[in-house]
Amino acid sequence: MSEKVKDLRGTRLSAADLESKDTITFRGRPNAKYAWSAGIAYTKYLEELKNGRIVGRRCRQCDRVLVPPRMFCEQCFRATDEWVYIKGTGKINTYSISYLDADANRIKTPILVAVVDLDGASPGIGILHKLGNVDIEKIHVGMPVQAVWKPANERKGSVTDILYFEPIKEK
Amino acid sequence: MTVAIVGVGHTSFQSTTPDISFKEQMFEAAVKAYEDAGVNPRKDIASFLTAAEDYYEGYSIFDEFVPDQLGAVLRSVCTIGGDGLLALINGVMQIETGLFDVVAIEAHSKASDILTFPGIVTHGLDPIYNRAFNVHPYFVAGLEMRRYLHETGTTREQCAAVVVKNKQNALSNPSAAYAAKMTMDDVMNSEFVSDPLTRRDISPLADGVIVMVLASEEKAKDLSDDPVWLKGVGWCSDTPWIESRTWSTAEYARLAAERAYKMAGIKNPQKQIAFAEVDDWFSYKELQHIEALGLCENGEAGKLLEQGNFSRNGKLPVNVSGGRIGAGNLLEASALQSVLECVLQLQGRAGTRQLKDAETAVAQSWRGVPTATGCVAVLSSEL
Amino acid sequence: MNVKRRVAVVGAGITLFRRRLKETGKELSYLAANAALESAGMTMDDIDCVVMGTAPDAFDGIHMKADNLLDGAGATRKPYSRVYVGGGTGVFSPIGGWWHVASGLFDTCLVVAEEKMSPCIPHPQTAFRTIWDPIITRPLNPNLVWIFALEMNRYMKTYNIPKEHIAMVAVKNKGNALDHPSAQLAAKITVEDVLNSETMVWPVQRLDISPPSDGAAALVLTSEDVARKFTDAPVWIDGVGWSLDSAYWTNRDLCFPQYVAEAAKMAYKMAKITDPPKEVDFAEPYDPFTYKELHHMEGLLLAKKGEAPQLTADGVTQRDGDLPICPSGGLLGVGNPIAAAGLMKCCEMFWQLRNEAGKRQVSGAETGVAQAWGDLMQVGTVTVFRR
Ligand SMILES: [Zn+2]
Repeated sequence: MSEKVKDLRGTRLSAADLESKDTITFRGRPNAKYAWSAGIAYTKYLEELKNGRIVGRRCRQCDRVLVPPRMFCEQCFRATDEWVYIKGTGKINTYSISYLDADANRIKTPILVAVVDLDGASPGIGILHKLGNVDIEKIHVGMPVQAVWKPANERKGSVTDILYFEPIKEK
Repeated sequence: MTVAIVGVGHTSFQSTTPDISFKEQMFEAAVKAYEDAGVNPRKDIASFLTAAEDYYEGYSIFDEFVPDQLGAVLRSVCTIGGDGLLALINGVMQIETGLFDVVAIEAHSKASDILTFPGIVTHGLDPIYNRAFNVHPYFVAGLEMRRYLHETGTTREQCAAVVVKNKQNALSNPSAAYAAKMTMDDVMNSEFVSDPLTRRDISPLADGVIVMVLASEEKAKDLSDDPVWLKGVGWCSDTPWIESRTWSTAEYARLAAERAYKMAGIKNPQKQIAFAEVDDWFSYKELQHIEALGLCENGEAGKLLEQGNFSRNGKLPVNVSGGRIGAGNLLEASALQSVLECVLQLQGRAGTRQLKDAETAVAQSWRGVPTATGCVAVLSSEL
Repeated sequence: MNVKRRVAVVGAGITLFRRRLKETGKELSYLAANAALESAGMTMDDIDCVVMGTAPDAFDGIHMKADNLLDGAGATRKPYSRVYVGGGTGVFSPIGGWWHVASGLFDTCLVVAEEKMSPCIPHPQTAFRTIWDPIITRPLNPNLVWIFALEMNRYMKTYNIPKEHIAMVAVKNKGNALDHPSAQLAAKITVEDVLNSETMVWPVQRLDISPPSDGAAALVLTSEDVARKFTDAPVWIDGVGWSLDSAYWTNRDLCFPQYVAEAAKMAYKMAKITDPPKEVDFAEPYDPFTYKELHHMEGLLLAKKGEAPQLTADGVTQRDGDLPICPSGGLLGVGNPIAAAGLMKCCEMFWQLRNEAGKRQVSGAETGVAQAWGDLMQVGTVTVFRR
C-alpha cells in the first residue's frame, strides 16, 4: 500500500456472516466427474501393484530407471525402452508427520508420510507413500524401509495395494 | 509482425481414447511437431505454452502435469487459460519481445475422460445469476440461435446445411473423428436439445493433441523452406453477462478480426482471404462467425452457404477440415485444429482436400458457452 | 536475445486481504483495477489490453473463471488473456503483461490478480484435493501441507538448519506487516510463539503457514513513451524469468529450488545483473511458509545454499538490514490470496522504488526482485524492477 493511497477497499465478513443462511452466500456443488485414462505406463504400474510388484521404465540413453514409470524420458525427450522390476525396499528421502486430513481437519493419530527412494531405481527416484509399524521418534532420513502389501486377494490395482512402508531391522 | 509456424504435429482425433493417457498423447504430438520443425526441444525451444482449463482436465493447476512430455522440464512453461489460438498469440508476443526465437504451443482435449460434460459447462455459468435453472447449459446457445435466426432471417435448414457440409468435408480429412455422409433430413429430424438447437447442430466431443513450433523471422527462414507466416492476430472478450449480449452478431469475433485484419493489411477480406477455418461448436455459430469475419454481409451467410459459396469448391471455402462438427470438438484444441488446417493447406500438405492457389487464410476461434471470447489469426504462405 | 522495448509500471492498487471479503471475485478485481488506474492517473480508456492472474478455478467455484471475472477487470471488449502457473501466477501475471507491451502490440496493459478462496468449503484446502495426480497420488488422500513439510524437512536435514532460524521469518514478516494497511495477520510475535504453535504437519507449525485469503491487486504497465506522459517516476520491469520443473516431484532433490534458480538466472541475465546479492537492494521472495522465504532466497541466488537461515538470524534480512527481505510483510503477514499475494509483492516493489512505502520504506531502494512459486513445488516466477 502506498502512503499516497488513503482508502482501503474491501468489506470484511466474519465467519458468522458466512455461515448464516441469508443472501450473503449462494451454495452449489459442481457436477464434475471424471474417468481418467491411466495410459500405457500407469496401467502396467497398477497391474503390477496388484501382482505385488513395483515396475519402472528404463531410458537407455541416460540409463535412468524411472518410477512411477512413464513412456517418455523427460531429460532426453525420447521414448523409454524397457520395463524394470524394482524391489519393494528403499530408504527414506524425507518424511513428515501430518496432523491434518485432506480437508485440513485436525486428526488425533497422525499420518506418517514419506518419500521413499526405491532400491533398483536410479538415485533420487522416489515415490510418495505412508509409513507404518514404526516408532515416530525413530524415523529418520536415510532409514531403510520395505513395502508392506495388502493380502493378494484384497489388492485392486492401486497405489494403496501397498499399505505402507515399515522399517527394515538394521543389522 | 514476423513470426512463423515452422512445425506442426498432432494425434488423430478420436471419439474416445481409453487406452492412452493425455501425457502419452501429448508426447506423440510433440515428437511429430519437433520432427516437422527439425528442432530438439531440450536445446532449441526456449518457451512452451499450453492452453488448458482445470475443469476440462479434472485437475486443479493442470500445468503441473505438462512439462515432462513436451521436453519442457526446467524451461519457461506456462498455461494460457484460453483456447489454443490464444496460447499461440501469446507465444507470438513472446517472440516479438525479442526474448525468444523458438516457442512451442500445445493444446489438447481428453474430453472422453469427462463423465459429466454438461455439469462442467454449467459450472462456467455465473454461480449467482445463471446456475439455478437446473437446465442443460446449452440453453444459452438455444437463446442465441433463436435471436440470430430471428434477426437475420437465417433458417434452421441453412444451419443444418453447415452440418452436412462439415461432415462431408471431414470425409477427406483422415484425422477427423466424425466424418459422415449426412442428409438435411438427418439433421432437421434429430431431437431438440434447446429448441431451435438440435442434437446434430452440436459438435460432438473428441480427443486429440496438437503441438506447433513458432519461430522468429530469422530462425524461421533457417528452419523451414515453407514457413507459414502470422500476418495478423486479434482477440477479444465481450461482456460475460449473457443477459446483456448482442445475440445476433458475434461481436468478439468482429472486434478480433478488425484488429487482425488491420495488422495484416486486409482491407477486403472477401477478396483477400482464400479460405477460412471458423469456430462451429454449433452449426449457427459458423454462419455468425463468417459474418463477423466480414466474409459476407451480416445475415447473408446462411443463404450463401446453401448456394455453395463456402463449400470446398466454392468461392471461399470454410472449414475444409470439417471443423468441430466434422473433425470433432477438441475443446480448447479446436482453435489449433483450425490453424493446423490453414498450415497444411498453405503448405500444400492437405492431401485429397488440398485447395488450389491458396495464399492467405483466416482462422477464428470461440471458447464455447457461456463465453463471448475468441481469437482471429491471418496466416499466409508469403512473408 | 535482445528485448526490443522497455516496459514501465506506472500504477499499482490493492484491496484488503482478509479470510473472507463480501465482494465477489469480479468486485474485488474491480476494486484493485480501479485503485491501480487512479494511482496512474488513467481511466480504462487509456488501457489497450488486460492480463488476468488467478489461481485454480476450484476456489471461486467457476469453470473458466477468468471469463467470469473479466468485466470486473475492465476487459469487456478488449483483448484479454489469463496467464497461469498455479501458485506462481501472481508474479507471472505482470510477466504476461510485460510481453503484451514489450512485443510492441500494445502500449498499455492492465494486470489484475484476483483470488477468492473463501467460497471453497469446508476449507479452501479442499480445492487442493484435485491438484494431485489422480492415479498415483490422490488415492493416498494427501493434504497439500504434506509435500511442503517433506520439502522443509529435506531442506533442514540437508543443511542442518535449526528450526529457530526458520521461525525468525514468521517473526520478521508478521512484524513488517504491522505497517501494511491491507494485512490480515500482522502481529508482534516471538520465536517461542512460533515454536510453541500447534503442529500441523511436522515440521510445519501453525505460525509457519500463511492464511487462505480473499483479495486482489493490480498494476498498470506501459511502454516507455506512454510512461513519460503519465509519470515522472516510472518503475521499470528490467528482468523477467520463469521456469517449470518436472511433475514427478518425488524424483527431484527437494533441498534446492532449481526451478527458481533457472527463473532467476533468466531474469538477471535480462536485467544485466551479475552479482545478485550486491546488485539487488531488497527482495520479495514467496513466503507461503517460513522456510520457503529462505529456500527462495537461495534459489534467487541472494544467499548461498543453506545459508539464508544464518543471514536471517544475523538480521541481514530485516527492513533496516543489508538485504531487506519481504518488507511488505509477505504472505505470512499480509495474507495469501494466491495470485493476488504474488502481485502484492510486485506492488510493494513499485511503492518501495517510488519511495512511497511510508513506514515500510527501505532506504536506497534502486533494484528489487519479486518471486513466486507454485504447482507441485515446481515453478519459479521472477521479476526485477528498477527505479
Ligand atoms: Zn533419458
